[in-house]
Amino acid sequence: MAELLETLLSWFHVVREPVGGVLLVVGGLLAIVGAVGLLRFPDIYTRLHATSVTDTGAATLMIVGMILLSPTGWVALKLVFIWVFMFLANPTASHAIANAAYTAGMEPKIGPSGDTGEADR
Amino acid sequence: MSVVNPDIGVLLVNVTLLALLFFVAIAIARLRSLFAIVMLTGAYSLISAMWFVAVDAVDVAFTEAAVGAGVSTVLMLGAMLLTARTARVEPNWKRLGPLAVCLVTGAVLIYATIDLPAFGDADSAANSHVGAMYLQRTAAEIDIPNVVTAVLASYRGFDTLGETAVVFAAGLAVSLLLGFGERSLSASHKPARANLKGVLVPSNKSDHHVVLRVVAKVLIPIVMIYALYVHFHGELSAGGGFQAGTIFAVAIVLYSLLFGITAALDAFPVIWARSIAAFGVLLYAGVGFWALMNGGNYLDYDFVLPPDDPDYGPEDANTWSQHVGIILIELGVLFAVAGSLISIFYAFAGRAPEIRDEDW
Repeated sequence: MAELLETLLSWFHVVREPVGGVLLVVGGLLAIVGAVGLLRFPDIYTRLHATSVTDTGAATLMIVGMILLSPTGWVALKLVFIWVFMFLANPTASHAIANAAYTAGMEPKIGPSGDTGEADR
Repeated sequence: MSVVNPDIGVLLVNVTLLALLFFVAIAIARLRSLFAIVMLTGAYSLISAMWFVAVDAVDVAFTEAAVGAGVSTVLMLGAMLLTARTARVEPNWKRLGPLAVCLVTGAVLIYATIDLPAFGDADSAANSHVGAMYLQRTAAEIDIPNVVTAVLASYRGFDTLGETAVVFAAGLAVSLLLGFGERSLSASHKPARANLKGVLVPSNKSDHHVVLRVVAKVLIPIVMIYALYVHFHGELSAGGGFQAGTIFAVAIVLYSLLFGITAALDAFPVIWARSIAAFGVLLYAGVGFWALMNGGNYLDYDFVLPPDDPDYGPEDANTWSQHVGIILIELGVLFAVAGSLISIFYAFAGRAPEIRDEDW
């Protein structure tokens, strides 16, 4: 049992840095995807859809990556706290924006099926 | 560590952040919608905070993020609710005067930067005289890791007392201008508990903010605990009384935004805010007098807890006494800043009508 644990631990130390780095890069790419969606989508709801999920997801991936790269347990713990805060605050902020837009009577842009929205540009 | 010259990375970050600041400033100058301008000033503060982090001024960045992006955005929104939503369009010839003022001021500032020392210059005034002395002597005299707190609270205690008094005076001035006591809350005399007996429901129609309220109930206690952490951890890491007070005020402001000003006034009455603001300044000044009574100079924390040694004099360093003094005066700063900011917020929010659903 102890040997198995030791092997697992040594494996963990080998994969720690590469996996952490990959997670950071993937998180960054996800954030870029969200930014592209924010710029390209037509109305507030689709834009929010593009940014809200990718924002929280990108932050989660990056924080997990940083936890893997963190030098001490205390740093990892602080990153977990930051993640909990973001996990609560980010979706709530998106909800607040969507709710405000809905309450203010903003209509989503929905064309007939097959309409790609090219016509009104 | 990396193949790229690290200086190039730092340079890129600096140039990007400063360029962002420039474009945000241009956007603020061009926009007419006050709401967008207020939001952009918040973004401006946040980007400057990032830039301060990039130049290793973490404490300043913390203050900028908490005060500039957090509280002042809310205060500006509160002030905006009392006025129009868009700025009037001025005719072009009326803009010539301000443009000339900006150009002249900008030219003078750029001319002045020629005389500034280079960034990180060891011979600059900030790094050579007392600055170097503080860095050398903090470890022996005060023995805390965060030199910023040592300089701010101990070596420069008089300056910080002045700053605290300025914050208090600002809160007092806003209260005096916008109305004192119950009169300042004239616009929001909508009884919160009239609709349902004993149940605190701000309005009995469908509640759009239920998600926000639930999350806020989870977050507000955490925010308050974080404020205390920032305060008591100020000696060890970035932070201190100013940031902690601002974060504490933000918790109250968040509560009143989501649950209504009347509920907030029930939870944290205006008189508390004003009292703790005054008490904070009193505590700070009182620590100074306490040191005087113990035989030291004003705000000389070595004499907050002097040992029972007859030969004890001004030359002896007493680091534990320094720690107690710093925590006490930072507590005074926390009270003064939190109380002043909350009473400023109440002064604005109490005059505006309750934030209606359609304003969200």
